[in-house]
Amino acid sequence: MSKRYFSVFIIIIAILCPVLCSCAEPEEIEFSVTDETASIDYSKYEGVTLNVYNWGEYISDGSDGSVDINAEFTRLTGIEINYTNFTSNEDMYNKIVNGGVSYDIIIPSDYMIEKLIKEELVVKLDLSNIPNCKYIAEEYKNLYFDPENAYSVPYSVGMVGLIYNTAIVTEKPDSWSALWDERYDGQILMFNNPRDAFGIAQFLCGININTENAEDWEKAKDKLSDQKPYVKSYVMDEIYNKMESGAAALAPYYAGDFFSMYENNPELDFVYPKEGTNIFVDSICIPSSTKNKEAAELYINYLMDPNVALQNAYMICYASPNTEVVNNEEYLEFLDELHPEAYNILYMDMAEYYEGADIKSYYFRDLSDETLNTVNSLWNSLKIESTEDSSTDFVYYFCAVVIAFLLVMFIISKIRKYRREHV
Amino acid sequence: MVKKRSIAQRLLAAPHILWSVLFIVAPLAIVVFYAFTDAAFHFSINNFTRLFDDGTFEVFTLSLAFAFCATCICLVIAYPLAYFISRANKKTQNTLVMLSMLPMWMNFLLRTYALSFLMEDTGVLNTILSAIGIDGVSLINTPGAVIFGMVYNFLPYMILPIHSVISKIDKNVIEAAEDLGCNRFQVILKVIMPLSLPGIVSGITMVFVPSVSTFYISQQLGPTDFVLIGDVIETYFKSAAASSYHLGSAISLVLMILIFICMAVMNRFSDDDSAGGIMV
Repeated sequence: MSKRYFSVFIIIIAILCPVLCSCAEPEEIEFSVTDETASIDYSKYEGVTLNVYNWGEYISDGSDGSVDINAEFTRLTGIEINYTNFTSNEDMYNKIVNGGVSYDIIIPSDYMIEKLIKEELVVKLDLSNIPNCKYIAEEYKNLYFDPENAYSVPYSVGMVGLIYNTAIVTEKPDSWSALWDERYDGQILMFNNPRDAFGIAQFLCGININTENAEDWEKAKDKLSDQKPYVKSYVMDEIYNKMESGAAALAPYYAGDFFSMYENNPELDFVYPKEGTNIFVDSICIPSSTKNKEAAELYINYLMDPNVALQNAYMICYASPNTEVVNNEEYLEFLDELHPEAYNILYMDMAEYYEGADIKSYYFRDLSDETLNTVNSLWNSLKIESTEDSSTDFVYYFCAVVIAFLLVMFIISKIRKYRREHV
Repeated sequence: MVKKRSIAQRLLAAPHILWSVLFIVAPLAIVVFYAFTDAAFHFSINNFTRLFDDGTFEVFTLSLAFAFCATCICLVIAYPLAYFISRANKKTQNTLVMLSMLPMWMNFLLRTYALSFLMEDTGVLNTILSAIGIDGVSLINTPGAVIFGMVYNFLPYMILPIHSVISKIDKNVIEAAEDLGCNRFQVILKVIMPLSLPGIVSGITMVFVPSVSTFYISQQLGPTDFVLIGDVIETYFKSAAASSYHLGSAISLVLMILIFICMAVMNRFSDDDSAGGIMV
């Protein structure tokens, strides 16, 4: 009997499903690329598959009613996209070197591109296949990691700043030292990756973030050790939840991500600390393992298309290096709605803001292997070292009590067994 | 005839052997190889000597202690639960077993993430607590939260083996014990417990091993003043320094050996007991 009800239920659901789904489907968004991009002859690449390896949530993917950029590309060109994510430059690097997978497109950050070029893991681009490069703003051309723009095309730009909850932090902080303020004990979050975390300590101590001097790194590590007792947690993406809910008061993070937190908690505010901050450029490269270089270049060209870049800028909320995006009226309105200061935060002129500072030294550079090892072991010892009054003692006491109890039981049972057999 | 059958048998076993070689033996060999070489792939034992200098060794003992605590608590919770489930009638039993397995349908990273959301200072639990007048309790970022996370995540692995062993105990044995004058308490202590020892042992193994090597739980739920060994291994494998894979492999290898020793010790104890036929 119950089986029959169950099958009726399933049938009803099966009938309702398409009806419900069609109701839920959002309206088609008007989207088309520029005529120039559309006029390219894509026919000979039909059926080709490109492996694209990008940061998580770093493209307009069709969620929340946005345009699905990759699906549109397939519709335009017939080229399939196999899209995967990484969570850090180092993860991506390990995958490229040890993973045995071949990718056609990767989008790493500046210092990692410098490393990849040095190790010949990326190939030179044929810019004649990427005419949309002309939209790239001058200030993002010829950057230190790729002085001739031969290997990479800028995709997205950002800076690290200090996010704070105005309900808890009443006076506007202007320095990284706010993250060392004992008044906010247990409410401070810190980056859970060595490069960014050390960077902040280095800016605060006035050390170059790309120093190759081991002593400087140790100094920065001591600074981080001082901070550790006040830190609630070392986080990456977990920051959203903790800042939005007000569980934490202060956290350093990337400017673009501040807006999505602000959307959920308007009490949050953002500041670029006076000591300086890290600037990063994520650029598109083609790894040397590519099997379809020309198709990959067409994909880069497509991503540089003003309409595509605009959709991505809506989604990612980082600064776009595309001049057509920055001058787009609708985009400026969108930023204004996002946060009154959004344009200033994203497109802050760093040279003006940090007057007299060497802005070039605000970019991360590739470190020598020796220094990387030092940084990693310092980072590990920072995590491992326990503070004076460690909270873990009771765990050991508990273990000792249980083990003692088990031993006593074991001995008693042995004695009983012995007696039983010998009496 | 005999030979023919053995060829067929070998053919049948071939996929399994291939599987274990590809996914168990080969990765192990790679871990061992990386552990005993330096960044230039020359033989070296520096990876191991380093562990004793930089405090990693304390992390090992701490991880073992945490896993031990979590396993004990799991056992204390799971044994009575498994016993009562196996006493219920067949239909309720199935439902109860399914309910205890329900959390396993979701990935453990997600469960831990959800747990951190619930236990957050501004989270659901703390809101309820402060509503009934208990203020300022810090649930998250404490060692207790880490142990709770382990217990919560791995409890089903303790319940299931114990339940399956208890429910298979011959009813006649229990009746015999009752006929011979055991009260209910003695039946549990002297008959059911010793007979369910294999279930306990495999339950302990299945909780202890993942607890020792777990990562993410202490990152999400723990305070910043300690890390567990799984997190240390994770940071090594996530960094781009050339020697980090080698160090990570060395730690993994030591961890494997430590777990192996723990299991060996435990199996010795349990063998002794079951041979003697008495518990306590």
